Amino acid sequence: MLNTITTTAKTKKKKQYRGISRATRVMRNLALWIPTVVMAFMIVLAIFSPWIAPHDPTVGKITDRYLPPAFMEGGKTDYLLGTDQLGRDILSRLIYGARISLSVSLLAIAITASIGTVLGIIAGYGGGRTDAIVMRVVDVALSFPGLLLAMLLAVAIGPGFWTVVFALSLLGWAGYARMIRGEAMRLSQSDFVAQARVNGASGWRIMTRHIFPNIINSLIVLMTLQVGMMILAEAALSYLGIGISVPTPSWGSMVSDGRANLDNAWWISAFPGAAIGLVVLSGNFLGDWIRDKLDPRLRQL
Amino acid sequence: MAKVILEARDVVKHYPVTKGLLQRTVGWVRAVDGVSFSVEQGKTLSIVGESGAGKTTVARQILLLEKLTSGSILFEGTDLYKMSPAQVKDDYRPKVHYVQQNPWSSMNPRMRIRDVVGEPIFVNTKQTKKTVYTEVGKLLDQVGIDTDGMTRYPHEFSGGQRQRIAVARALALNPTLLILDEPVSALDVSIRAQIMNLFKDLQSKFDLSYIVIAHNLATVRYMSHSVAIMYLGQLVEYGDSEALFERPLHPYTRALISASQLTLPEDSEGKAQQIILTGEMPSPLNPPSGCRFHTRCTEASDKCSKDVPEMRKVGKQMVKCHHYD
Repeated sequence: MLNTITTTAKTKKKKQYRGISRATRVMRNLALWIPTVVMAFMIVLAIFSPWIAPHDPTVGKITDRYLPPAFMEGGKTDYLLGTDQLGRDILSRLIYGARISLSVSLLAIAITASIGTVLGIIAGYGGGRTDAIVMRVVDVALSFPGLLLAMLLAVAIGPGFWTVVFALSLLGWAGYARMIRGEAMRLSQSDFVAQARVNGASGWRIMTRHIFPNIINSLIVLMTLQVGMMILAEAALSYLGIGISVPTPSWGSMVSDGRANLDNAWWISAFPGAAIGLVVLSGNFLGDWIRDKLDPRLRQL
Repeated sequence: MAKVILEARDVVKHYPVTKGLLQRTVGWVRAVDGVSFSVEQGKTLSIVGESGAGKTTVARQILLLEKLTSGSILFEGTDLYKMSPAQVKDDYRPKVHYVQQNPWSSMNPRMRIRDVVGEPIFVNTKQTKKTVYTEVGKLLDQVGIDTDGMTRYPHEFSGGQRQRIAVARALALNPTLLILDEPVSALDVSIRAQIMNLFKDLQSKFDLSYIVIAHNLATVRYMSHSVAIMYLGQLVEYGDSEALFERPLHPYTRALISASQLTLPEDSEGKAQQIILTGEMPSPLNPPSGCRFHTRCTEASDKCSKDVPEMRKVGKQMVKCHHYD
């Protein structure tokens, strides 16, 4: 008797998944787990780089210049991913570079997204003069040459980590503000916001409880798209000597270091490039997943 | 005479139409053009008209979602548009609530039902979450929604259930006046009666006043004590519901009533001819001269296109038509 009951319970549990094929479910899980593992791995690398890296990333051996990766002919097992033009270990530089690249991009995204969201919601909900003022500032920020501003900053406060974060944040919020403002405007006209006003809700409550939660979707998508943009922007700044100073590795500067030797030593640029690609891709996948989880309408699907 | 809850005096809403680089005002859309009515305690006033007649604009003006161009709205004797924001928040918002036409868009999709229904309580009183949620449970019970649904999200309910949840939210603070903007038009015919009965029950239980916005006369006849017929931003007929349905005076009212009655082909002979209006409502940007209805009226005379008719008392009703001069 007991046996039959447990079997029916089991079949019921199986039936819940009907309609979605097993392969689809496995794919969905992989789409979550692979990027999570990649991201976690990168963050661990960044935090524990001094213990993980096999060599000093800033000191090279002049006799070991341009060594190919270990799996290629002429490579040494000592340098798993080869060496660059100064004989520095690519793998160690990659591990240390994760620190700079991830922290710069995540910090800059956090700052730009916060400023942009706050201003966007205020402009979109406030409307009228507030909207006009904020949007004109956004227009100026979007039309300002970012590189010039970064150079000015580098001259004014000297190159370095915080200069890069500051330079990326100073103009980066404008894109968020413009998009969020549109969403906030649309939501301000919605029936449920009218209802909230009839209920007596304050502007603050409407912005935080009604408008913001409904903007998160688009915000997360935009933020994940920005991960790659920020890493590349940091690379561009470092390349121009405005960013992180020379011996300290960052993925972006590694890519640009190897640019001249792409034909005979492709590995100098290829590995950091692959790392950037991997992080960006996992970021996008994770973003999609978070967005679906945060939306109650998509949650059970 | 029962106590007058809300009175509208000559309410006007004109929207400017701007053009060109300098945003010159080239005209005015006369969405609402001099509307007056009053609602008594425990009674229902219905505002009826085609789409575009300005019904919803009036409702939004009463709810302070839209500004008045001129005129005044008095709630329990005080002019709404002269109240300070603090007064509105303390004395007006808790007493007047709103059920919207579309149950799909009137709730924040990111909020749980208990927060949707509890919002008026959270905003207007200082109670702990726990007491508010017990209150929400009682409210949901009243409208026949299982309290298990409290932690669910709006999309998990059907249209009829959502409309009942919207009613529960509107009742949360024991209001004195409810504005129902086509409360049943988005619902299946099968659940309309259910919701309408709910409104009637609640009215007798709590002595509520309703302003019902509708285009369906069947709904109106069932619920209301007085009816206001709106056409192109103006009232054309206003009065006691029974009298108005018994003896409609204005040609437009007659057309509306005739359109709402189902006539089978076999009884079209012998009985009064069904009046079918032709054409569309003229633009409120450029309303017709004289009587605004004369372009579509079957009984229009020369005078109708020249002189603007006045609101006149005929029997128990008020009517704006030259035929009763």
